[in-house]
Amino acid sequence: MNTLGLAPALATVVRRDLILALRRRSDVLTTFFFFVIVVSLFPLGVGPEPATLRTIAPGVVWVAALLASMLALGRLFASDFSDGTLEQLVLTPQPLVLLVVAKVFAHWLVTGLPLVLIAPALGLQFDLPAPALGVMTAALLLGTPCLSLIGAIGAALTLGVRGADALLAVLVLPLYIPVLIFGAGAVSASAAGMAVTGHLSLLGAFLLIALVLGPLAAAAALRIALE
Amino acid sequence: MALNVWKYASPQTFYPLAGRLVPWFFTLAAVLAVVGLYIGFFVAPTDFQQGESYRIIFIHVPAAWMSMFLYIVMAFWCAVGMVFNTRLSFMMALAIAPTGAMFTFVALWTGSLWGKPTWGTWWVWDARLTSELILLFLYIGFMSLHAAIDDVRRADRAAGLLALVGAINVPIIYFSVKWWNTLHQGASVSLSRSPSMASTMLTAMLVMSLAAWMYAIAVSFVRVRAIILERESESDWVHELRSVAA
Repeated sequence: MNTLGLAPALATVVRRDLILALRRRSDVLTTFFFFVIVVSLFPLGVGPEPATLRTIAPGVVWVAALLASMLALGRLFASDFSDGTLEQLVLTPQPLVLLVVAKVFAHWLVTGLPLVLIAPALGLQFDLPAPALGVMTAALLLGTPCLSLIGAIGAALTLGVRGADALLAVLVLPLYIPVLIFGAGAVSASAAGMAVTGHLSLLGAFLLIALVLGPLAAAAALRIALE
Repeated sequence: MALNVWKYASPQTFYPLAGRLVPWFFTLAAVLAVVGLYIGFFVAPTDFQQGESYRIIFIHVPAAWMSMFLYIVMAFWCAVGMVFNTRLSFMMALAIAPTGAMFTFVALWTGSLWGKPTWGTWWVWDARLTSELILLFLYIGFMSLHAAIDDVRRADRAAGLLALVGAINVPIIYFSVKWWNTLHQGASVSLSRSPSMASTMLTAMLVMSLAAWMYAIAVSFVRVRAIILERESESDWVHELRSVAA
């Protein structure tokens, strides 16, 4: 039996997940439109005064991004778990931790990246100044992979569990808080004319920590789920 | 005398030991609580700035300490269980969680009771309050995950992993909230400006903390005994117990 090398194996996982996502486009679009709709609800609830909207914009966009990426987590492992693919992935000679990284990366490409790309347009609706829009995009670019990596732990822990979706929210949202604080903080600081490098550096640090520890914990959780 | 502590790592031997220790810990907790409350309410002087309302710290501070300490203990037993695959460790962690959540809630509740007369508000988004609230969410997450999984072994390990992830996150969350709070510092009041404490106040607080600690041990032992009986209900030694057979 010939086995794939590590890099081709990871590329195969990414490619497979992307193809699957493309074949089920509505899933991906639902997350995207959920994000857009939640953000658009706030001006209707809070009122259209530009000064208020500018103040709440960073928090609103970030909270909506948190919720959207949490909603998308259900699809990260669930279908592979139910059709047995996940078991095969665990049995492959490649390290499960790296396969998890590949899966999370593919998941982020279809659920996280679209949020990053549309966010500046939503920021315009909230009358954010141009520099703040740039900072928001950069912060989301650093923050949304964190959300996917942390969320992967919760997704793996709740595989095949009763009431998994609500449970996932309870498990994952508290862990998202540091990303929310510094993600929204960066945009607020930029809008207030303050330096943002501190916030962005911390987000980068969170990303590195999440990149190292998240897949390890998620892989352990997958092994527990498949025992 | 060589005491073999490992012997008590098995549920069968730990069950009677815990049963014998429970009354002692309850008694210790009661005595310490009476002494602590007496010092706190009758010996400790009235605070120069806060009047009598400061006396709630004799409940509040021990509860807050225990809430954090019990999370660490819980995560420790989870780690032991994950590494050594010992059943009792997970049972211990599961038994500690409700008490930890209870102390977290008491800390939040008494904190807001104290905040109203002192700060003039029930709640401020102070770093400590916020991270205590998040700690409550982590306890709730641990218990809900465990309750949602029917297979006991999987539930133990999944909740254990979550407790460890939470333990790594607690300091990150604490410092994030702290820094966020200083950035947003508005009208809120800082705890760190409070004047240095009279030694009787400190004594009362420490005695009350010990009481809370002993209470936590006693209650966890009662709960772990129930969990042991529930999980080992198929085994012979449980059926031979007089209290069960009767």
